[in-house]
Amino acid sequence: MNLLNILLIVPAAGFLLTLLLPKDNPGLVRNFTLFVSLIAFLLSLGLIGPVLASPHQLSFETNTQWIEYPSIRYHVGLDGLSLWLVILSTFLTPLVILVSWKYIQKRVKEYYAFLLFLLFGVLGVFVSLDLFLFFVFWEVSLVPMYFLVGIWGHDKRIYAAVKFFLYTMAGSAMMLIAMVYLYNKSGTFDIPLLMDMMAKGRLVLTGTEGFWLFMAFFVAFAIKVPLFPLHTWLPDAHGEAPTAGSVMLASVLLKLGTYGIVRICLPLFPEASHQNAQWIIGLAIGGIIYGALVAMVQPNMKRLVAYSSVSHLGFVILGVFTFTQVGLDGAVYQMLNHGISTGALFILVGMLYERRHSLEIADYGGVGTVAPWLSTMFVITTLASVGLPLLNNFVGEFLVLQGAAERNFLYAVFAAVGVILSAVYMLWMVQRTFYGETPDEVKHHFSDLSVREWGVILPLIAMMIWMGIGSGSFIPAISASDSKILSVVQSKAPVAGKELANAR
Amino acid sequence: MPASFVPPSPQELFRFAPEMLMTVIATLIMVMEPLSAPEGKRKFAVITFLTLVAGIVLTLMGASDPGTAFSKMLVLDGFAEFFRILVMVVGLLIVLISTNYLKLEQHESGEYYALILFSIIGQCLMVSANELIMLFIGLECSSIASYVLAGYLRDDKRNNESALKYFLLGSFATAFLLYGVAWIYGLTGTTNLSAIRATLLDPTNHPNLVMLGAATALLFVGLAFKVSAAPFQMWAPDVYQGAPAPVTAFMSVGPKAAAFAMFLRILMTAFEPLKDRWEPILWTSALVTMLIGNFAALRQANIKRLLAYSSIAHAGYVMVALTTHSEIGTAAAMFYLASYAFMNIGAFAVVTYLARRGEKHVATQDLAGLSQTQPLVAAMLTIFLLSLTGIPLTAGFFGKFYIFKAALDANLVWLAVLGMLNSAVAAYYYLRIIVVMYMEPPAESAEELLAPTAGIRVAIFCTAIVTLFLGIFPSIILDFAGKSAALIR
Repeated sequence: MNLLNILLIVPAAGFLLTLLLPKDNPGLVRNFTLFVSLIAFLLSLGLIGPVLASPHQLSFETNTQWIEYPSIRYHVGLDGLSLWLVILSTFLTPLVILVSWKYIQKRVKEYYAFLLFLLFGVLGVFVSLDLFLFFVFWEVSLVPMYFLVGIWGHDKRIYAAVKFFLYTMAGSAMMLIAMVYLYNKSGTFDIPLLMDMMAKGRLVLTGTEGFWLFMAFFVAFAIKVPLFPLHTWLPDAHGEAPTAGSVMLASVLLKLGTYGIVRICLPLFPEASHQNAQWIIGLAIGGIIYGALVAMVQPNMKRLVAYSSVSHLGFVILGVFTFTQVGLDGAVYQMLNHGISTGALFILVGMLYERRHSLEIADYGGVGTVAPWLSTMFVITTLASVGLPLLNNFVGEFLVLQGAAERNFLYAVFAAVGVILSAVYMLWMVQRTFYGETPDEVKHHFSDLSVREWGVILPLIAMMIWMGIGSGSFIPAISASDSKILSVVQSKAPVAGKELANAR
Repeated sequence: MPASFVPPSPQELFRFAPEMLMTVIATLIMVMEPLSAPEGKRKFAVITFLTLVAGIVLTLMGASDPGTAFSKMLVLDGFAEFFRILVMVVGLLIVLISTNYLKLEQHESGEYYALILFSIIGQCLMVSANELIMLFIGLECSSIASYVLAGYLRDDKRNNESALKYFLLGSFATAFLLYGVAWIYGLTGTTNLSAIRATLLDPTNHPNLVMLGAATALLFVGLAFKVSAAPFQMWAPDVYQGAPAPVTAFMSVGPKAAAFAMFLRILMTAFEPLKDRWEPILWTSALVTMLIGNFAALRQANIKRLLAYSSIAHAGYVMVALTTHSEIGTAAAMFYLASYAFMNIGAFAVVTYLARRGEKHVATQDLAGLSQTQPLVAAMLTIFLLSLTGIPLTAGFFGKFYIFKAALDANLVWLAVLGMLNSAVAAYYYLRIIVVMYMEPPAESAEELLAPTAGIRVAIFCTAIVTLFLGIFPSIILDFAGKSAALIR
C-alpha cells in the first residue's frame, strides 16, 4: 500500500462517507469534503520528491491481478508526465469546493460527494498503466461530471449534460473495441508491457491495423480534448455547468484527452502517429484560429472562455504532433498552464456571476471602479491566458511554437496568429467588463473579494507567476518522460523525419 | 410399456430432485389454495421461497455427479447447472418482488406462486434437455405458465390483452418449433441432440440440404421468438407492457435465459456441423435485434415499454455471443444473462414499487424528482440503469465487454463495432430516466407511496449489491461459466 494507492482511496472513501453524512447539515458536508480534498492535496505533494528523483522511471508502481481472464491488472504508477497532472487535480479540488461554498445551496450533500468522486475518477485515469483500468476510470469520471452539469447547471443544463455524456460515450465505445483488439493480438492490456513487446518486435501491427487502432483511440481522445471539429459539446457543457463544474471540466477533464494521446496513441502507434500527423496538425491549427475567432464574438463570458479553451487545446495538440522534444514538453506544460489559468478565469467569471447573476458581457461595465481587487486579479489572469511573458502560458506557448517551427515554419506562423487573436478577444472582454460606464445594477450589487474568495484566487495567481518564472521546477520531469516517448516515436519515423532528427 | 424400458436409477432421480420437489410443492399449493383463508395466503410466498432455496441446494449437491438421466432424455452438466441455479435465483427474486405487488393489488393467491414454480420447472427442463421432444415439453411447460401469469389480474384489460397476444403468438411460434423438430426427425431419424450431431457429421449420410435448411429455419423461428430476437420480436413490447410488472420482470429474464440456454445447446451440439451456415443468419439477426431494440426504445415514454425494447436490445447482444459459436462466446452469453437477470429484475423491482396500485405511474415522467423524494430508490435505479448502459464498475459493463471480446476473438470485427455503437445509442434512453429522476423537480400531484414490503426491499438491495459486486469482481461468475461452457458437448 504505497502513497499513490492511498491517494486513490482517500477521495473514494470521502465520497462514500459524504453520502452517509446527514442531509440537513450542509455546513458539515462542506467542511468535511474540504478536509478530504486538502488531505488528498497534501498526500499528493508527497509524491513529488520520489518522482523528481527518478523521472525516467515509474515511481509508486503497484501491479497486481484484478481479473484473471482476460488478464486485467491493477497497474498504477507515476512518471514525470502524470505527476503534475495528478497534482493539478488535487490542487484544484479544494479550490472548487471553496468556490461552491455559497453558490451551491440546493442538494449540497450530493454536490460535494460528486466532486470527490470526480477527483477519484480523474486521478485514476492519470495513474493507470493498464489499458483496461484506464478505460474504467475514463468512463467512471464521466458520471459525476454528467450529474454536476445536469443538476446544478444553468437553464439548458440537461441538454448540455446529455450531449457531453453521449459524445464521450460514442468515442469511448470505439476505444474499448480497439483495446480488446490489441489484447487479442498481444495478450495483455499493460501499457509498458505493450511498449516493450513492440520494441522487441514481438508485437507487430500491420499498417491498416495500426491506422484503425490509432484512429479508434485518437477519436475518443480528440472528442475529449476537444479537437476541432469535434468540439461542439464543449461550449454547451462549459456554458451550462456550475462554476466548479466548468473549472474541473476545463482544467482537468480536457487533459484526460491530451494525456491519453501522449500516453497511449504516440508510444503504441508511432507509425500511425507519423502518418496522420499532417492532418491532425491542420485541425489543431484550424482549432486555434477557429476557437479564437468564435470566442471573439461571444456575448456570454463562459462561452467565450470555453471557445478560448478550444483554441488553447489546439496548441497542445500541435505541440504533441510536432514530435520534437520542445514541442512535446511545451504541450504538456501547456496542459498544466491551461488548467491553472483557464480554471482561474472560470472561477473569476463565477464570482462575477454570483454578484450580478448574469453571464452576458453587455450587462457589465466599469466593474473596476466598484471591485478593484477582483478586477486586478481578473486582469492578471487574462494576461496570463494571453501569454504575457513572466506568466505561465507564455512558456508553454513559446515552446510549442518553437517545436512547430522546427518541423515546419508555416505551422508556427499560423499558430502565432492564434496568440494574437487571443489577446484581442480576452482584452476586449476585459475592457467591456471592467472599464467604461458602470451600470446601476453593477454599482449596487458589487462587493470586492471576500476572504474566502481571496483564499481561492491567490494560490492560482501564485501558481501562474511561479510557473511563469520558475518553469525549471516543472519541465525537467516532464522532459524526462517525454524523451522516452519520443524515442519510441522517432524510432518509427519515416525517412524524412529521421533526417530531421539527425540533422539536429 | 416398451420392452426396453429401464427404470431410472437413484442417481438419475437425484439429479432431477429439484424439479421433482418443485412439481410436488406446486401441486400441493394448488390443492391447498382453496382451503386457506384469504388472509392466510401470504404463506404461499414463504413456501415457494423455501422450495426454491431447497431446489438450489439440491442442484448444488447434484453438481458433484453430472450425467444423463431418463434414457438420455435429460442431461445434467455444468451448463445445465448454471442455468438451473440462475432461473431459480430469478424465481426467488420474483417471489420477493411479487409480495409487494400482490399486496397492493389485494390479489394474493397460491395460484400465482404455483404458476411461477411450474414455469421454473419448465425452464429447468429446457436447460437440461438433451433431446428435442424434451425441450419442447420444457418450453411448453414454461410458456403456458407464463401465458397465465401475463393475464393474472383477470379483470384488468391490459393484462388480458397481454396474455392473449402472448398466448396466440407464442403457441404459433412453438408450433413452428415442433414442426421443425418433426422435420429433423424425418431427416435424421432421431431427436437426441448428440445423435443428430453424429448423423450430420457422418460422411456416408447425405441429408438433403434444402430440407435441412427448411428444418433449421423452422427451429430458428421458434427459438428466435422465445428469445425475442429479430425478426420475431414484435410481441415483446405489448406483452411486457400489459403484464403485471413482476411478471414482466420474470418473463424478461427467466424464460429468456432458459430459451437462450437451449438455443446455445442446440447450436453447440446438434447443429454444430452446420455452424458456417448458421452464422450469417445469426449475424443479421443479432444486428437487427440490437438496432430495433435500441432505436425503438429511444422514443418510449412508458418505462415498462422502454425496458421491453431494451430487453430486445439486450437479446441482440446475447445473439452476438451466439454468433461467435465458441466456448468463450458461450461463457460470455452465460455471464451476460446472469448479470442481465440481476440488473433487469432490479430495475423492474423499482418500477413495481413506484407504479403504485393499478400501475398508474409507469410513465418516465412519473419519476420526476425521485432523487429528492426517494433518494435511495433513485440511487438504486441509477445503478441498474448505468449497468444496463454498460458503465464500468457495474455488471453490465463486463457483460458487454466479454461478449464483444468474444466477437473480436471470432473475427466478427464489424459486428462488435456496430454493437458497441448501439450501446452508445442505448445510453441516451437510459440517461433520460436518470435525467428525469435527478434533474427535474418533483411532480406535485404524485399519489402517495405506500411503504414497500420487506420482500421488495431485500430484492432491490440484493440486486443492486450483486450488480456492483459483479462489476468489480466478475471472475466469480465468469470462471464458473467458463468451466461450464466447456462441458457442453
